[in-house]
Amino acid sequence: MAATITPEAVEKTVYGALPQFGVDESQISRDATFEELDVDSLDLAELSQIIEDEYGVQLKGDDVGKIKTVGDAIDLVVSRAG
Amino acid sequence: MNREIVVTGVGAVTPLGVGARTLYERWRAGESGIRDGVGAANEFEPTDYLTVKEARRSDRFAQFAMVASDEALAEAGWKDELPYDPNRVATLIGTGIGGIGTLEANHKLMLEKGPKAVSPLSIPLLMGNAASAAVSMRHDLRGQSFATLSACAAGAHAIGTAARMIQTGDADAVVTGGSEAALTPLATSAFAALDALSDLGISRPFDAQRDGFVMGEGAAVLVLEDGDRARERGATILGRLAGYGSTSDAYHLTAPNKDGIGAAGAMEAALRDAGFGPQDVVYVNAHGTSTPLNDRAETIAIKQVLGDGVPVSSLKSAIGHLLGAAGAVEAVATILAMRDRVAPPTLNYEHPDEGMDLDYVPNEARTLDVNGKPAVALSNAFGFGGHNAVLCLEVE
Repeated sequence: MAATITPEAVEKTVYGALPQFGVDESQISRDATFEELDVDSLDLAELSQIIEDEYGVQLKGDDVGKIKTVGDAIDLVVSRAG
Repeated sequence: MNREIVVTGVGAVTPLGVGARTLYERWRAGESGIRDGVGAANEFEPTDYLTVKEARRSDRFAQFAMVASDEALAEAGWKDELPYDPNRVATLIGTGIGGIGTLEANHKLMLEKGPKAVSPLSIPLLMGNAASAAVSMRHDLRGQSFATLSACAAGAHAIGTAARMIQTGDADAVVTGGSEAALTPLATSAFAALDALSDLGISRPFDAQRDGFVMGEGAAVLVLEDGDRARERGATILGRLAGYGSTSDAYHLTAPNKDGIGAAGAMEAALRDAGFGPQDVVYVNAHGTSTPLNDRAETIAIKQVLGDGVPVSSLKSAIGHLLGAAGAVEAVATILAMRDRVAPPTLNYEHPDEGMDLDYVPNEARTLDVNGKPAVALSNAFGFGGHNAVLCLEVE
């Protein structure tokens, strides 16, 4: 079963995933851009997979192109809830 | 070869440690990197050299190549700035199998957790050209880059092909070599099923009791440059790639031609390319796998081309068979040995086999007498599929 989507839960998932990709934890915030964090398209593909696995929400193609910041990614997942 | 090809930097990651000198010096001293029947690069810790991101963006075989390339480029004096237009520097790293560890791990995930569990990094990590891509990106090398794929001849094929790139004018310099990381359950089981591996886990090339090869892993990278250009920039020249020869047995998928015809043809072609005769060769770094078939056929080939007086030894006795990396690792060790005028030993050699009576430099390194001349050596690499690639190396 997919986990319940809340902003807090998704933030925890995203914040937990990024360091696995080599991102410095102290740099992570809602306003940080993926570019600043050196998170590229392959990292986002992995992040999408983690989110889909946990919440059953798919982020594909256009979705990923639109998100610039960590907050964008969290908000997009939350907006797909339900 | 008309344009002179010189080697200005070497690097290696092997079961004898990290570093080309470490490899050569330990081999010369008779040390073995084989433990429990496997030649693992246990001293290699990826994050000692790579960031977390670089490490997780690369299969182990690409990691080996990146670290070996750092060493080679540093020695060549390329670390701070490329001495050539980046568009004129090519990258060519051979491999036998590529990222099979990544393939196996993701196949397991797919079977256990379903297709959605497969990592998006799978293909970019497992592809056979991943090591070349990683080295090219790491050092901003923008000339052509790809991989040679010819089983256990891939490293030597890469180096020979790299030399041709410079000779034809397609590149001014090439970062080249071979890499392999196939100590995985599938690859090990598959070689065992072929009865290619030593049951006893002992690598003893040319010995009467040899019963197959020991698997190893690692990489070696060389910086090749046009000799004139290298001298102009004041580079230290480690040696010359004087000649290269390559043939195919066109005989059997795994077995060498028992008369060593293809192997002999490649050795002759390398000598012809270098403009040397058999009398010029002071040392042969054999393919010497420790399999019954290879070592006999190779002995016949060496005898046919060079007679029976030249010292012949096998690095595989100390590190096992590094498959697609073998030709490159052995070329690096050969260059360093020729600089010292030393024939490193064939370890574990105790029992002469009938009809195999070359000078295999058993168990102890030996000083070579070259009468004040440059040391000329051949480095042999032969692969499943009947691929033969031989490098002729000359060291002042």
